[in-house]
Parts: sequence; C-alpha cells; structure tokens
Amino acid sequence: MPVQYSGILGEVAAVRTATGLFDVSHMGRLYISGPRATEFLDWVLTASVESLRLGRARYCMICNEKGGVIDDTIFYRLAEDRYLLIPNAGNRAAVVAWFQRWIDEKFSTGCEMEDRTNATALLALQGPGASETMDRLCSEPPSSVRPFAWQENQLQGIPVMLGRTGYTGEDGFEIVADADQAVSLWQTLTENGATPCGLGARDVLRLEAGLPLHGHEIDENTTPIEAGLEKFVRFDKEYVGSDVLSSQHEKGVERKLVGLKMPGRSAPRAEYAILHSGDRVGRVTSGSYSPTLDTSIAMGYVDANRAEAGTMLEVDIRGRTAPVEVTLLPFYTRPRR
Amino acid sequence: MSPDDRKYSKEHEWIKMEDATQALAGITVYAQDQLGDIVYVDLPKLGATIKFMEKMGEVESVKAVSDLFSPITGEITEVNDRLLDHPELVNEDPLGEGWMVRVTISDATELDQLMTAEEYEAFINGLS
Repeated sequence: MPVQYSGILGEVAAVRTATGLFDVSHMGRLYISGPRATEFLDWVLTASVESLRLGRARYCMICNEKGGVIDDTIFYRLAEDRYLLIPNAGNRAAVVAWFQRWIDEKFSTGCEMEDRTNATALLALQGPGASETMDRLCSEPPSSVRPFAWQENQLQGIPVMLGRTGYTGEDGFEIVADADQAVSLWQTLTENGATPCGLGARDVLRLEAGLPLHGHEIDENTTPIEAGLEKFVRFDKEYVGSDVLSSQHEKGVERKLVGLKMPGRSAPRAEYAILHSGDRVGRVTSGSYSPTLDTSIAMGYVDANRAEAGTMLEVDIRGRTAPVEVTLLPFYTRPRR
Repeated sequence: MSPDDRKYSKEHEWIKMEDATQALAGITVYAQDQLGDIVYVDLPKLGATIKFMEKMGEVESVKAVSDLFSPITGEITEVNDRLLDHPELVNEDPLGEGWMVRVTISDATELDQLMTAEEYEAFINGLS
C-alpha cells in the first residue's frame, strides 16, 4: 500500500464525500476455530466473545498481563465455533505468537489457529457512496448489512466475505476474498467510481475519526483505560490483563489520551511535547492538518488533571510554543444521511 | 522538465535572477512531488537575512515537515504572501505562482556552486 495514489487531500475528500478504496491486505487474517475457540478468545480479548451473535463483529484489544495493548482488532463470529480476527500488519507475528502461547498453555485441545493472511486479500471500500456501489455489484444487496455485521456474498461473481466495518469514520465495507481475486476486485471497484487511497489518507481519516493507531496511541506500555477505550473492555470477566484494567477502571489513571485542536495548518506531530505554563505535561502521539475540518488536530497523552475538554495547553512545535485546546474525541462524526 | 533560466540546489530549491541583484526563489517540481499536498509554508520575514544553504523556513505537507534551505545569501525584499492562504500553489505551479521569496543577493559567486537545469535533472535521476 503506497502512501498516496493521486494525493492525500483528494483521497481524503473522496472518502468523506464519495467512495475510496484501500488495499489493506497487509493486515492479518487469523481464523480461530474449534469447540473451545470462544473460551480461548474470551481469555485473550477485552471484549465479550461469548455474547457476540453469529453474523456480527466487534472491536476490542488484545492485552498483556500488565494491561498493555499488544494489538487492537476487529473479530467476526463466522460460526458457533469459528472466528476471523484482523490484527495490524506490524503486530501479526506478535499476535500469532501470543495466541499460540495461550493455546499451548491453556487450550491445547479444542482450539486451532490458522493464519490465512497470504491466501486472502483484504480491501476496504469506504465513504457515503460505498453501500450504493456495493448494491450495484453484489448478488445480495449489502446495504442491508448493519454496522459491525458481515455476510457472505458475490461481487460480480467473486465470492467475498464483507463486513460493514472500517477505519475511516465513514460508512463502508471491508472485503475478504481469495488472494488471486484481488486484482479483479480492485479493478471492478475502481471502475465503478472508487478512488484509490493510500496510507497517508488512511492515517488522516482515522485521526479525524479519533481512532487509535497501534504504535502511536496504544502500545504494550499503554492500557485501553488510559487510551479512553473503556467501552471496548469488559470488567465482568476474567482474562489476560483484566485485573490491571479493572483496578485502573476503579481507581483512575495518571494519564489520559485526549484530542487536541490547534487553529491553522501547521500541525503538532508525534512525539512533540505538550506543555502547561512551560512545564511538560504530556506528548503528542499523532497529529496532522485535517482537511475535512480545516484546522490542525492531534491526539496525545496528558496528565489526567489536564485532560478535561476545554483545557488550554501548549505544544512545542520545533522550538516554537503554540496554544492547543483539549477537545472531545472524535474530531469528526459523519453526518446522518 | 527543469527550465534553464535558473539554478538549482541539492536541497531542491531553485533561484532565478531577475536582474543583477534581485532573485526569486522557490522549490522544485521534484521537491513538491516528494512532499505531496502542501498545507503550510513558513517563510522568512521581510528584511530578514538569509544565508547560503542554511535553513530559511519550513514546508509542511499532510504527512511531514521539511526544512527549506536558502539557495543564496541575501536580504528578503518580498515574501509570497499568497502562499499563506493558498499553499497548494506550491504543488500546482512550484516554478511560477508558487515562488516563495524575492531576495537582494549579496554574493553572485554562490550561484556557481548551484546546479544548472541539466545537472539538476541528472542529480534527481540519480536519486530514484
């Protein structure tokens, strides 16, 4: 996946106003199956797996014993005892090793993991025009698929599994197909009006939507509680890291992830210091000019007592101090259509 | 692709002499292409002294921030204020409307250290 095809600004606009297409095949496709698959996933995921209905998907974290985030992922319940997980590309090996460790240790009978990343392709069609495009091309109209649900379908005769999920803050679909169908899927979708989009646009879109990126907002040394992701964490089940997460949930945390807004186009960037009256109170994790909102936006960690929306702080932009305002996330919510 | 009415630096700036002492400067087609969509340009102030191959400002694209190096020593006599509201001019017309500063140069011999259009084309071909 290149950083850009035609240009980041144009690609972002295509996803916000029409339809954009991403080749995210670099992300993982892990299939977990067996009579103990549900039990296993409930042990390694922060969300409730057992309560997820067939045909539905859920977002959650995979945490270590300290509650640190090994990866964030969406998982789909394909059958009573079969699931698909989509880990980040850079974390796939770590997730596979982590899962294998727990399968060997606790679930050695009744749970199997299959890594089908190389055998499959993953495309994301995102934007307000996505469902109309898909209805035109698929044998069953995907517009009937609810957000965070999935279905088997045929896209111009190509067998696909499509989930109404994404990473842009827009409506859209993520499409899994056999790897040898990737080129023809890409061609069909671009010929039907989807703008090819790269990593640069993806990063701006997810930042505008307030979605965390592993390695920036979350990593093995930050917890979902610090990152403001409590709603994807269950506190009524026991799993890896649950004791730390429950304790943080009850007692509070010392630092919190916040949104930061700065007028103008010069953006706070990752690792810039966040200051209060000249004293360091945090650091930026991601930042960019937001073309959709025409202002500069960032996310970052600040001391918990500076995390309230409306708090005025400063960012050290290469030696120049600029005022920033703490704001609620997300920066952008798609209009109801 | 690079016109031969001006000289080029290894940092991808161009400088075009308008008369014996006045020059215009900006960044090259290659530079704006590498940066991608430019959203912000931070230029030196009117009257400021800039020095040959030292930082004189910053160009910010959606993805990254890059230093802007001065292709000459001299004093800023005009800044392209349009870039403040229309930084996209640097992408659209880097050698024309997207010019950045006008300078009274102090040492014309510095120009000899810069590349001709032909040399610059060979230089960027060697980069890819």
